[in-house]
Parts: sequence; structure tokens; C-alpha cells
Amino acid sequence: MTKPVSTPVNNLEKIRKSLGRRNRSERLFRWYGRLAIFIGLAAVTVLFTDIVSKGHGAFRIAYLQLDVEYNQDLIGVDNLSDPKQLILANWQAVPKQALREQFPDVSGRSDKRKLYGLVSNGAGFDLKDRLLANPLLLGTQEKVWILADDDIDTYYKSWLDGEPYAARLSDKQVKWIGELHDQGKIRLQFNSNLFTRGDSREPEQAGIRGAVMGSLFTLLLTLMLSFPIGVAAAIYLEEFAPKNRWTDFIEVNINNLAAVPSIIFGLLGLAIFINFFHVPRSVPIVGGLVLTLMTLPTIIITSRASIKSVPPSIREAALGMGASKYQMVLHHVLPLALPGMLTGAIIGMAQALGESAPLLMIGMIAFIVDIPGGFSDPATVLPVQIFLWADSPERAFIEKTSAAIMVLLSFLIVMNTSAVWLRKRLERRW
Amino acid sequence: MQATNILILILGLGIFAFYLGRGRSLALAKPLGGIRHIHSLPSYYGAHVALWCALPSLLLLGLWMIFDDPLINSIVLKSLATGGMAIDASSESLLLNKITNLADGVLPRKGEEPALVVAADLMLRLQEISRWSLTALMMTLTLMGFGWSWSRISSTFRARPQVEKVMEKLLLSCACVAIFTTLGIVLSVLFESIQFFRSVPVDDFVFGLDWSPQTAIREDQVGSSGSFGAVPLFVGTLLISAVAMCIAVPVGLMSAIYLAEYASKSVRSFAKPALEVLAGIPTVVYGFFAALTVAPFLRDLGASFGLSVSSESALAAGGVMGVMIIPFISSLADDVITAVPQSMRDGSLAMGATKSETVRNVIIPAALPGIVGGIMLAVSRAIGETMIVVMAAGMAAKLTANPLDSVTTVTVQIVTLLTGDQEFDSPKTLAAFALGLMLFVVTLMLNIFALQIVKKYREQYD
Amino acid sequence: MNAINSVTGAKADVKQNLEVADNQVTVGSCFTEAPKMTMRNVNVFYDDKQAIHDVSVDIAKHEVIAMIGPSGCGKSTFLRSLNRMNDTVESCRVEGEICMDGENLYAPKLDVVELRARVGMVFQKPNPFPKSIYDNVAYGPKIHGLADTRVDLDEIVENSLRKASLWEEVKERLHQSGTGLSGGQQQRLCIARAIAVSPEVILMDEPCSALDPIATAKIEELIEELSQNFTIAIVTHSMQQAARVSHRTAYFHLGRLIEVNPTEQVFTMPEHELTEAYITGRFG
Repeated sequence: MTKPVSTPVNNLEKIRKSLGRRNRSERLFRWYGRLAIFIGLAAVTVLFTDIVSKGHGAFRIAYLQLDVEYNQDLIGVDNLSDPKQLILANWQAVPKQALREQFPDVSGRSDKRKLYGLVSNGAGFDLKDRLLANPLLLGTQEKVWILADDDIDTYYKSWLDGEPYAARLSDKQVKWIGELHDQGKIRLQFNSNLFTRGDSREPEQAGIRGAVMGSLFTLLLTLMLSFPIGVAAAIYLEEFAPKNRWTDFIEVNINNLAAVPSIIFGLLGLAIFINFFHVPRSVPIVGGLVLTLMTLPTIIITSRASIKSVPPSIREAALGMGASKYQMVLHHVLPLALPGMLTGAIIGMAQALGESAPLLMIGMIAFIVDIPGGFSDPATVLPVQIFLWADSPERAFIEKTSAAIMVLLSFLIVMNTSAVWLRKRLERRW
Repeated sequence: MQATNILILILGLGIFAFYLGRGRSLALAKPLGGIRHIHSLPSYYGAHVALWCALPSLLLLGLWMIFDDPLINSIVLKSLATGGMAIDASSESLLLNKITNLADGVLPRKGEEPALVVAADLMLRLQEISRWSLTALMMTLTLMGFGWSWSRISSTFRARPQVEKVMEKLLLSCACVAIFTTLGIVLSVLFESIQFFRSVPVDDFVFGLDWSPQTAIREDQVGSSGSFGAVPLFVGTLLISAVAMCIAVPVGLMSAIYLAEYASKSVRSFAKPALEVLAGIPTVVYGFFAALTVAPFLRDLGASFGLSVSSESALAAGGVMGVMIIPFISSLADDVITAVPQSMRDGSLAMGATKSETVRNVIIPAALPGIVGGIMLAVSRAIGETMIVVMAAGMAAKLTANPLDSVTTVTVQIVTLLTGDQEFDSPKTLAAFALGLMLFVVTLMLNIFALQIVKKYREQYD
Repeated sequence: MNAINSVTGAKADVKQNLEVADNQVTVGSCFTEAPKMTMRNVNVFYDDKQAIHDVSVDIAKHEVIAMIGPSGCGKSTFLRSLNRMNDTVESCRVEGEICMDGENLYAPKLDVVELRARVGMVFQKPNPFPKSIYDNVAYGPKIHGLADTRVDLDEIVENSLRKASLWEEVKERLHQSGTGLSGGQQQRLCIARAIAVSPEVILMDEPCSALDPIATAKIEELIEELSQNFTIAIVTHSMQQAARVSHRTAYFHLGRLIEVNPTEQVFTMPEHELTEAYITGRFG
């Protein structure tokens, strides 16, 4: 016989004594959990607020109103249809002249240079475009809103917000801006350049159009390659593959590739596509190829899952009718699995859209001003553009970068919500 | 003709052939009394013709694209060698590069060595020949394939099994892309690394304490020992990853536990997708956030405590990386925690255990293999993460374990060594591939091991 | 012929009675003197669906009460509300009064941790933790801080395993995993785990349904022994089992308590037609 060590009564006392401590630790544990959730949510909030607060300004940009005169002698053009004249013309002289007229008492070389610094150094070309669109303007005068320099833009916005940032401006420039403001000759306008232009060294002229088009071409190629290949691979593995070592090996490969760091795919692209197959650098073709290899595992895995979710009874019904295996897959399994596959493809494309590391390896970080028009034009992509701008020293590029991030994130949000929507909409319960 | 044009032409011909084949089988079927009197459906006959039309020439195109450049190059080099030029292995690629550029008109021909100009012309000629012969061959193949399969169409011809056999092979080859990708990765990093290790001994690379690849630019110092010691990079990578895991593991795990065990349905349905938003944000955005917001904030914060925090501190990069990994850990942990059977929870709760005691003593131990596997996958991701560290970590290789200091990582160095224009065969660029090899091997081992653990764990509760 | 007629006749009766079950009052001896637990007008809901209707019954000290009834009749739900295991189901709501020693179990200030230490539970499927046999049994004493020393703990573990008649089978492998035992052994391990904290009441939710007949016999034997020290409420789908192990039997039907009587009486001359119909196997 063993002696009874515990009786209900003295146990109960012990338990009651321990209750306070245990409930405290329970509450503490619960608070740890809440804290963890809070940290995660706070990170999301801080990140988004930070980006938005930095970037919202970039959607508006400062313009100066000047009286410009399209003086033929000043520009050096009398025939707008002569391309030679157009190339040799001194377009920047027009805004300079207008600035001198606006501030007639400015003299001295350095002061004048500061004065000319008020407008973007692309302002002359904007006026040229205006003139070419309406040749009758030649020789006339008009009031035009002209793009301001990025430092002016930065200062003016910060001054409007009540915290003037004048580090890169001289006192005189600050004074001039004050005068212009008082006359209502400086204002913020919607920054259409951001969406219509390619990259530029000048922040006020830089836009994301080139990068967006580059992303578009790259993604288009990625989708065209990875979706059919991924779906075919998934169909093979789910419906046809015999259970043997070879298919096991394929599976292991797919699962591992999904976890291989993306930069390794960049090395692959550099060594195989560029150095071996001589695909040109910096073009959407090579970017698309690399991203295809990268997104393929994602697409295969999600497609397999959605094929798996088609119940076997449907397959049996089709086979029972005398359909061949291909007819069964093509007519029954594939249509039912398609929504899931599309969801997977969208998620894969969203990943590819945000990816930049491998593209750095294959030269898609070149400085490209022209907007790419096809798969073989040198291009960069949106995330790499963000990387490039984030690296630029000009303060105005911070704003631009954040704005580009906002655009990128909104693309991603649209893609991901449409994936969720698609899944909800087309989801079938068996 | 451009390869893309040929491709489009062949595909067009294939579609055309499909309709021809289908039409012929229909014509065959008519006098017999309808399509049920021929062996397969008309579209299978069409597909058979189309496949025979397009596949052989596409295969040829693929092979041609792989082999024509090396072939042309070797012929050009041979012609140079017979022309009396001394060529050794190291100058070969340089020379070829030059000739290619001359041929493409990238380099001006004026003032170049006449032998090279001749070689460039030869290259152009050869390329021309190659293009035309390719086109001719492909056309012949297409026509032959068409003729062959056309002649086989008859009411008893078993088109469907044949087509399906080919389809299965096509599907298999799609599935094999994964294997070729892995193979491609291994080959590309391995070959370049072997070349690198010819000039820099392996142990200098793996155990060397000094990393300064820039010195290797100077001719007299190529491959000079001591400048390619990768230990500081490994340490930097580990330091940043450690910082990241210090944030991601507790936060990710606790939020997974809270969401799985405590949170009400409404909290869960809100907080879970909100956390997953973190997973969808591109890394370049995190990099921007780390470099422009977190790093200056930490520097100023440190300064107000009298600490000198580098503006490229490991803490900033690692911290933001940790935030990025939170959803990764929390969703993996959530999977394994919810996979623990409810009967375990009931058993523990019925004993009078509090919820947290149940979690700590029963659920976590039961889910441990899955959690460990998830954490290993997360570590592999942290080690391989590129953009955050490229933007927020330093460039200088420092051997330090101080998270307030600036360190550099393997991925940062790969990017710095390979971006911009440089000779492909210099040890500096090759070093990037050696680093890539290390990265690949380490992450591969982590992944295989982790996936194995997770798989076993899943099977246990299935 | 007659037999068949009577059976179909009885079925018709049953149908009728199923309809009148709405204002059913429990027949038999629901209440005892000096009860351990008292339930009064208990209603249990899942969201809007009512699973238990107005059940009032007592459980006497050191008795074994069996709850039987067709599947889906709410007997498990009722059992789980006795140690508030239903709290883990978000949509579940309990109304009415459930008291142990005169103390309301659903009083706001009552700590469920303490309650569950006093009212242990054994589940349908053996659910040992993925830990060693020793740790499984030591789990309760450890979390409740019942053992001050390692020696005490060893003693509690040994005692509990002995009481669960498992000691002889596992004493050589206490530190092997509990999940490696056979089904019957696992269930006895779960019983040992439950009695290691010396509860006053043990709830058993079909403890033998996943076991083979030999293991079942062992558990039943064990229940009989345990009834000397513990109050036991057992839900079972097997009438034979109820007849073998219990002192009193409660018959549930569609969420209502139809009849409570000494087991012998229930199985020989049930008071209610539904009970009779069930135990004679006309439905269920």
C-alpha cells in the first residue's frame, strides 16, 4: 500500500493559493499577445503613414507664372518646320528673358544665375513643345505657367506647410519667391510629369512612366511564360506523373526554388541568359525570363492546390463516360481549377512586380530616360526606379520616391484584392 | 530573320496545319458516314499535323540558339590564330568581346587592328550564314513534318493516342523546368566560382578576415591574397539576420498564438489580413523605410542617449527586416498551431490548466517541430534578403558584433560587385558568384532541412 | 404477426411521444439527499439553437451516474457544461444553475481553473499529450503546484498510475512517449492524468467508444474501483456499459432529460415509454 499524499481538501488549498499568481501570468501572457499584434499593426500603420506623409506632396508641383515672349531672334528660329534650326535653337533663353523681365532690377552674373535657377532647366523645352503644338505663337507674347526648379518646389511646399526648408536656396531666391507668391505668380499644380515622363536627373522632370511601362512589358512576358508552363507542370504533376523518384525530385526542386533567395535568380540570369545566350542586358526580355523562373514555383504550387481541390468524383464521372484522360483534364478538371490558378497567377505577378534584387543583376538599373516601347527596348521597372531614386542625393527625390512607392503599392493592392475577390467569387464548396 | 519572327511564323504555320489536317479528316469522314467512322475526333488529326509541323523545327531553333554562338566564336578565334595572333585562354574572352562589339558597330572600326576588323567581318558573315541556313532548315523540317503527318491521315490512323503521348511529354518538360532552373543555378554559380577559386584559394575566401575587393582593380594586385576574405560578410549577414529574428520570432510567434488561441473571430478576421499586408510590401519599400526613416531615427535616438549609432546601423536594417519577416513566421506558426488537435487543448484545459499554461506546456511543445521549421525558413529568407540591406546597410566590411555599427552582408556585396559595367572575368565579379554559391548552399541546406521537418510534422497530425 | 404489429404500434407511439416531448417533465428520482452536484433548469444554446432543454437533476456523492440516449441527444453537451468545457466553444451559452457543494459553477467570481481541478474530465478519444508517460501524469500536479518536491511528484505519479491500474504495465518505461501506448492504455493514462490532481468529480465522455472490448472491460473495472473515492458522471452510447458500471441512469432524448432512476430499474422497468423504446432497441 502507498500512503495517500494528496487529499482533495489540502489540494484545493494549494490550488487556491496558486490561483492569483497563475491568473496574473495568464493576463500577462495575453498582453504579450496583444502587444505582438499591436507591434505588427503599428508597423503597418507607421510604414504607410510615413510613405504617404513623405510622398503626398509629389503629386503637386510648383509652377511660376511668367510673361514669355517667343522672340524669334532670341530663340534663333524663324521656321518651325526646319529641324536643323530646332536643334540649334536656344530654347532656355525664353524663360530666362521672362525672368529678367519679371525681376528687372537683378544684375550681376551670380545673381542672374540664381534668378535663372528659379525655373527648371527643362522649362525651355516645355515651351518648345508648346510652340510646336501651336506655331502661331511664334513672335507673340503670353502668360504661361512654367515648371519651377526642384529646390524652389521643395522650399515653396515646406514654406506653405509653415516649416520653410531653404538650405539649398540663397536669401535672394527666397525673397523672389516671396514676391512671386504675393503677386500670385507661384502655385502648386497637379504634377502630370510624374505620370507622363521617363526618368530624369532633374527631380522636377522625372516621372515613372518609363518604369511603369518597363514593369508592364516585363510582367507581360512573365505572365505569358510562367502561367502556361506553371499550369502545364501542375497538371502533369497532379494528373499524369507516376509516383517515382523522378517526380519526387521535381517536387523537391519546386519547393526549394520557392525558397531560394531572389538574388540567386539574378546570378542565374546574368550567367545563363546574358553571358551564355547573349540576351541583351537591361531589356524586359531578360527581366521577364528571370522573373518567370522566380514565379514559376509559386504558380505551380497554387495551381496544384487548386487541381487537388477538384473532387475525384468529377474525374471518375468523366472517365466513366469514356473520356480520355486528356479530355477529362481539359473539359472538367481545368475549368474547375482555373479560378484557383488565376488567383495563384495574380499573386505570383504581384510578387514579380515588387521584385527588384534579381533585376539589379541583369542590368535593369541603367539610367533610362526614354519610355520603352517594346520587349527589347532598354527599360527599368518600378521597384528598381524606386531604388534608384532612393539612392539619389537630391532632397526632392525623397518625395518622388515615396510617390512612386505609393503608385507601386496601389498596383499591388489592386492585384491582391482582385485575387482575394476572385477567390471569394469563384470559390466552390464541394 | 530574327528568331522571334521565325517563331511567330512557325506558330502560324502550325495553326494553319491544324485546320488543314482537321479539314482533311472531315473530308475523309464524310463518305464514310460521319466522324464516328474515323478513329479519332477531327481536331486530333489537326493537332497531329500541327505538332509534326511545329515541334521539330522549334526543337531545332532551340538547339541552334544554344550552339551557334560558341561555334561562330570558335571559328573566328581559329581564324585569328591561323592569322598568326597569339591567343591564350585569359585574353580569349576579351578579344571576343572586342570583335563582337566591332561587328555590332558598337566600337568604331577606325584605328583598330586590321586583323580584328577582318575577324569582325568574318563574324558578321558567319552570323548571316547561320541565320539563313537556320531559316532554310526550319522551313524544310516544317514542310517535311507536314507532309509526313498529312500522308498518315486515314480513317484508321490512331491520332488521339499519338497526340496525347506527345502532350504528356510536353507537360513533363514543363514540369522539368524546375529541375533545369536548379541545374542552371548550380552550374552558373559553380563555374564562375571555380574560376574565382583558381585565383583566390578557397580557404582564404572562407576564413579570410579582410574583405576589400576594390584593391583588385589594379593590375598588379589581381587576386592579391587577403582582399577576398569573406568572414566579415558572413558575420555581417548573421548579425543583421540575428537582429531580424530577435524581432520577428517573438512578435510573429506571439501574434500567431494570440490569433489562434485568444482572439475573437472579429479581431482575427481583421488582424490577420492586416498583418499579411506586411508580407505583400515589396522589399524595396522596406529598404526605403529603413534607410530614410528608421536609420536616421535610431541615429538621433542614440545621440540623445549619448550613443553613437551609425546611420547605416545593422539595427535599422535588421529591425526593418524583422518587421518584414513577422507575417512569414506568424502565418507558418499559425498553420502549425491550428494543426495541433483540439483534443490536446481540451485535455489540458480539463485538467484545470489556464490557457497560457496550455499554450506553453502542451501546444508549443506539440507544434515545436513545425515552428522550428518555420523559423529556419525565415532565417534562410533573412540571409538571402537583398534590397533592405543594399539600401540600409553599409558597404564597408567590418568585423563587429555591435548592432549599432555598420556592417555589410553577402547580398550587398554581390550587388555592389555586379552592378555597373565591369569585365566579366575579373576576380572582383567572379567573387560575387563565389558569394552567391555560399548563399545558395547555405539557404538550400536550411530549406531542405526545414521543409523536411515541416512535412514530417504535417504528416503526424494528418 | 402479433409481434410485428406490436412493434409498429410502439413505433407509432414513439412518434406521438416525440411530439409531446416539448412539455416533457423528467420522470423518476432526479433528486437525492446530500447531493454533490445539483443542476436546476439548465438550458444550453449554440447560437440560437437550443441543445439542452430545462434539465434538473442531482448527482450524489461517490455515485456513478450514466447518461444514455440516442446520438445527438445532448448528453455530451450536458456533461461538458458540468466543468465548463463548453467555454471553449465561442457560440455556446449556458443558462440555469449548476452547483457543486452548493456553489454555483457559473458565478462570475468562480475561477474555472479551480473548478476544473475539482471536476476532471476524460474524453472520448484518448488524448495523451505528446510527452512522456510520467510528464503526462505529472502535468496536472505541476501546473497546480501540488507537489513540493520531486519525491512528492514521483509519489503522486505512481499513485495515480496505480489507481488507474496502469502502473504495472508502464513502470519500466515511464519516460517513453505517452502516444506510444495502446489505445486502452492511453485511455487509462488519461484517467491517471485526471486523478493525479485528486478531483472530486470525474466526467467521462464515452471513454470506451474508441477501444476494443478487452480494453473496455478494464476501464469499466477501473470505474467501479474509482467510484469508492470519486463521484463519476459517464456518458455512454452502450446500454450494457451503463447497466454494468452505473448506480443511476439518466436517459436523454432530443436535449431533454426524460427519466432518471436507479440503473436496475431503468433497465428492467423503465417508467417512461421513450426510455423503454430506447432500451429495447426500437430506435437509437
